[in-house]
Amino acid sequence: MSLLKSDAPLFSIRGIVKRFGAYLANDHIDLDIRAGEIHALLGENGAGKSTLMKILYGLLEPGAGEIFFQGEHIRLASPEAARALGIGMVFQHFSLFDNLTVAENIALVLPPSEKIEVVATRMADLTARYGLKLEPDRPVWSLSAGERQRIEIARCLLQEPKLIILDEPTSVLTPQEAESLFKTLEILRAEGRAVVYISHKLEEVRRLCERATILRAGKVVATCDPRAESVRSLAVMMVGTHLVDVRSKPHDILGPVRLAVDALSLEAEDLHAVSLKAISFAVRGGEVFGIAGIAGNGQDELFAALSGERLARRAGVLHIDGISVGREGINLRRQYGAAFVPEERNGHAAALDFTLSENVILSRHATGEVMRGLSIDLPAAKELARQIITVFGVRMSGHDPSARTLSGGNLQKFLVGREVSRTPCVLVLNQPTWGVDASAAADIRRRLIDLARLGSAVLVISQDLDELFEIADRIAIIHQGEVTMLGNTRDVTRENVGLLMGGARARADEGFVHAH
Amino acid sequence: MRIELERRLEPSPLMEFLSPLLALVLAVMIGGLLLSVIGKSPIQAFFVYFVEPIADAWSLQELAVKAAPLILIASGLSFCYRANLWNIGAEGQLVVGGLIGGAIAVVTHGAEHAVGGYWILPAMLVSGALAGMLYALVPAFLRVKLGASEILTSLMLVYIAEIALDYFVRGRLRDPKGFNFPQSVPFEEIARLPFLMDGERLHAGALFALAAVVLSGFIFRRTLFGFNVKLVGSAPKAARFAGFSEGRLTFAVFSISGAAAGLAGVCEVAGQIGQLQPIISPGYGFSAIIVAFLGRLQPWGIFCAGLVLALTIIGGENAQIAMKVPLDMTRVFQGSLLMCVLAMDVLTRYRPRLSLGRRA
Repeated sequence: MSLLKSDAPLFSIRGIVKRFGAYLANDHIDLDIRAGEIHALLGENGAGKSTLMKILYGLLEPGAGEIFFQGEHIRLASPEAARALGIGMVFQHFSLFDNLTVAENIALVLPPSEKIEVVATRMADLTARYGLKLEPDRPVWSLSAGERQRIEIARCLLQEPKLIILDEPTSVLTPQEAESLFKTLEILRAEGRAVVYISHKLEEVRRLCERATILRAGKVVATCDPRAESVRSLAVMMVGTHLVDVRSKPHDILGPVRLAVDALSLEAEDLHAVSLKAISFAVRGGEVFGIAGIAGNGQDELFAALSGERLARRAGVLHIDGISVGREGINLRRQYGAAFVPEERNGHAAALDFTLSENVILSRHATGEVMRGLSIDLPAAKELARQIITVFGVRMSGHDPSARTLSGGNLQKFLVGREVSRTPCVLVLNQPTWGVDASAAADIRRRLIDLARLGSAVLVISQDLDELFEIADRIAIIHQGEVTMLGNTRDVTRENVGLLMGGARARADEGFVHAH
Repeated sequence: MRIELERRLEPSPLMEFLSPLLALVLAVMIGGLLLSVIGKSPIQAFFVYFVEPIADAWSLQELAVKAAPLILIASGLSFCYRANLWNIGAEGQLVVGGLIGGAIAVVTHGAEHAVGGYWILPAMLVSGALAGMLYALVPAFLRVKLGASEILTSLMLVYIAEIALDYFVRGRLRDPKGFNFPQSVPFEEIARLPFLMDGERLHAGALFALAAVVLSGFIFRRTLFGFNVKLVGSAPKAARFAGFSEGRLTFAVFSISGAAAGLAGVCEVAGQIGQLQPIISPGYGFSAIIVAFLGRLQPWGIFCAGLVLALTIIGGENAQIAMKVPLDMTRVFQGSLLMCVLAMDVLTRYRPRLSLGRRA
């Protein structure tokens, strides 16, 4: 039977429609996935990529449409049904037990009859076949994101899948870790398995994939060979409009030091957190200072210490415009002119069930613009929200809707706007464009540069190297709670930064960074 | 075929209004079913429970008397519940408030009073509220400092309070001329809340309930503190980002709810009871939890829900007399009402849809 239908695609998706309330996530999508190909699925956030893949993995039921496996009509009622047909998926967010070992986490997906010793031999087998380096006895909490991802891939491969879906697999990896992932994927392709590769990173897609399907607003807008396209042309297909470069122009007019960090150390709050080790740097007015690093190397802890959500041991380790603030809370730091944008929009920077004007009160009450004595000045908050929405081009429906109803990019524009519109003397941002679509990201970056040009000190903590190379005047690395200065962005190369992010710190002292 | 729940983009205002009403209808149906199982007529019971109590002026007054403590306590509890803190011990805070406030009335009984004794009632009210507040601060302290679940500690403290009251009315506070009955001396006129109407039922305690509704409405809408309470409940990390301390807030909301319950306790003993007894509340502190949720934690919602619950309390008493329905039936009804309220809450955030499964 399979011989007869061998030229039918492995999986065919026809006319898939999925609606969430009034929101049409998938609008009559057709897609063919062939054996032995790495197929890229491209699109901005909210374009419908994840929804489509969740349907293919049996997690969501489509409102309409059909799925065929080698020409035969199938129904995917659950992930179990999908796995039985040979579909495996590696999610962006891992589902691992931090306190169990690698082998135990893998054993969890195997039938209960399998012995734990057998798991070790099967893991060794995977390492040999696919170059997946796994240490069976390490507890998961001690692993990097790349190592965790390898567990998820191993889990998936143990089921001998015909199709493997990877959702944004490189977003948490160093360039070197990504490289080893690509090797694994190429072996899988050579074995005749199909890979669906969801990504934002167009360079990767051009290297790795021979076919790409591009989604925009729930519809397929193009299917192409990415190797024949440029990054720019792919981006234009994704976004649908022409992109404007933000690139920071070199300039030398720097103001006084506005944010100074002097030997900041903080113990980790719990087992899985990172302690900060004697961090020192200074950010001057007029510059954008970037701190690169892979997630989980102390970025969140550094942000909490800078914002005052966690207090330092001594007042003198932090200065805002010359004032010691190490022991002052976040609101006093705001009163001294600082502003902060945390990484997580949902529930940290914003309360999703609150309206936009209430979310203005959230961070602006300390500086008095939305208060009249002790009571809240609701009209003032509404007016401020309206101004932010207009100036920062936030798209939304209705009058003063709840934050939940905004798309990720628009909410982030609003939240950055909420802080930038104060013209703070110091602005600290953690992953400012994480999970934000390309046009909103470009817009946010432009605002940050504009703010620096007004004389503010802007500190951007980011794992997106492209972003830092685009906007940062100077760059540093955070690795396991230590910050290493690299100097002017134009003097360092991406490869070096990538290596240092992965922990190759010793070589920085040997002039490795400035080698060229 | 199965029922799918689709998340709504924003909570539906219509459903926010309708879901407590639907819950009420559903709970009445469940109650009717249970009554017919034990061989009572559901129709007759419906009249006894929900119609007779509002049929004449006297029983309307009675309704207000029962609703007042429920509304006062539930208004206080709404601060805790909005902040996602679960004070289940309002009954204990009520009892302690009644005990301490009542003790002042007993101790000053029969003595020569300075300033004509006009200070006694205010002193009772203030100390009752303070006692309830301090009693509520115990679970707050245990939670903030030791991480103990406030649900368990506040609930356990109810039993301690009830037994303490029982101990004192059988011991130190017992009326020496009371033929060994476990009760205190009847309070003097000066230590009683004035009545608002003829009929000697509706006392000034109802005014506190009304004030609590208005005040909590103002606090939630216009003050930074109210904003903070809602924010901590909705997004604790965002509250930290806004610069609010979770520990201090925990103490504040427990103080408010404890003080409200304590005040309700004094109002009971200084109002209609007029002395200390082993039991001073038919479970107002527990019923108030249902009132808070049936009212969707909104001040005026709580006001209406308080009246509904008061109706079931009076109806339950009537049904016991007229139909020999056990009083536990009222508790069962109140419990199923709370379950229905919580279940119906799903409708405000999700849209149910019948999915026909295979749709090829």
